[in-house]
Amino acid sequence: MRGQEAREQAGRKALIATLAHAEADEIARLWNESGLPSEAELLRGPETGLVTVRGRIGGGGAPFNVGEATVTRATVRLPSGQVGHSYALGRDKQKARLAAIADALWQDPAQREAVETKLAAPLRAALAAARETKRVETAATKVDFFTMVRGED
Amino acid sequence: MYVAVKGGETAIANAHRLLADRRRGDRSVPALRLDQIVEQLALGVDRVMSEGSLYDRELAALAVVQARGDMIEAIFLVRAYRTTLPRFGYTNPVDTGAMQVERRISATYKDLPGGQVLGPTFDYTHRLLDPELAACAEVEMPAQRPVEPEAMPRVSAILAHEGLIEADGEMPLDHVPGDITREPLQFPMARDIRLQALSRGDEGFLLALGYSTQRGYARNHPFVGEIRIGEVELELDVPELPFAVPLGSIRVTECQMVNQFKGSAKAPPQFTRGYGLVFGQSERKAMAMALCDRALRASELGEDVVAAAQDEEFVISHSDNVQATGFVEHLKLPHYVDFQAELGLVRRMRAEYEARQNEDKAEDKREAAE
Repeated sequence: MRGQEAREQAGRKALIATLAHAEADEIARLWNESGLPSEAELLRGPETGLVTVRGRIGGGGAPFNVGEATVTRATVRLPSGQVGHSYALGRDKQKARLAAIADALWQDPAQREAVETKLAAPLRAALAAARETKRVETAATKVDFFTMVRGED
Repeated sequence: MYVAVKGGETAIANAHRLLADRRRGDRSVPALRLDQIVEQLALGVDRVMSEGSLYDRELAALAVVQARGDMIEAIFLVRAYRTTLPRFGYTNPVDTGAMQVERRISATYKDLPGGQVLGPTFDYTHRLLDPELAACAEVEMPAQRPVEPEAMPRVSAILAHEGLIEADGEMPLDHVPGDITREPLQFPMARDIRLQALSRGDEGFLLALGYSTQRGYARNHPFVGEIRIGEVELELDVPELPFAVPLGSIRVTECQMVNQFKGSAKAPPQFTRGYGLVFGQSERKAMAMALCDRALRASELGEDVVAAAQDEEFVISHSDNVQATGFVEHLKLPHYVDFQAELGLVRRMRAEYEARQNEDKAEDKREAAE
């Protein structure tokens, strides 16, 4: 039961992470194609606020405050009763609303599969591809040192 | 009696209208879009985010264009905007070791896990103006090198095992990180609060102070242990969810400065460290921040405080360019009454002075006659 609950939480967190990283236009486009219901009652927001970003002294020491970042959040309730939340960097209210609905739908066993395959999977694939492109472009700038011998002896 | 003088409303309104016109410039030139600024003036946007202390590229781009490219004015606009938003909380500390690295170099180790990765750097360019750029020539796509992903541990972790370098900065366990946006500055201050102030500090000011330490004012023999730039994930603890909620990622620049230290009554000979962490790709700023952080640890390490860069109150009180510009620029606002008062005072002093001079002259004449 505990393992089941942990897996459940990890899956939900992964969805929220994917939505947070995704572009608003991309979420909206996939949503329109998916046929997922977008009807929901807004319980909170969408509202934009600040989070204070923390770092650690020396990279791994005591925490300190670096500065703020804009975050937009929303909470919705589906007609079927599930409550969903969203948080993401930026100020996109439409994205916040859709992401909260996605979170709520994901909690409905009848909808989870559709959210995963029609929304989360293509978003993840696009994010992974973009990340991979950036990684191999960065890797091309890695220095390969070699030694040069000058003279006869 | 004090008589308030009013007026200038029309002049001010027309001045702002003129400002809007001059900001737009020649109407036959296409207006800038924010995405053009975000994409093509990215490091300027990063500077506004870093010193405006607000990570939001579009807002920073808007500020840049609204300020006609005046960076400090743009930073001011961003700072003002911040105050209008509610606060959701403090994120969990970012893990720079898990960064999606876009650049990573070390001046202390040639071979290190993950290697030296130059990324999009100005280093090794010839600093020659490029006429092709002026002609909007097409730019080739970047090279790609498909290699297996490799972990990139922080260089400080590699150095640590010999025991010749101090650990990451620790605070007492019950220490709550200070927040200069919530509490007024108080001196002396803890290192965490100094770092917050330095991270939003003026790049030019910190650069000059960092430079001064290299030239001998608070000399501390720095090496760049590591600079890394890339994206780190943000997570926030919220009551409505049973896990830390992922918010997405932000780009930061981290600098680990390593400083030779001959030891003092308080600490044995070892390498000490200065730390820099700033929003965006801001390598110069992160390096300057790390130099200043190290210099400001003088008292902690038992060094004599002899130079400006070591003087916490001097550095931190003057590092904020919004405060600095506010106080300097307020001088141009009407001071008519103050000046009238001072004018009266100087007239009186001058009259007294001249009267004294005349008296002295008369005295001298009398003495000469006698």
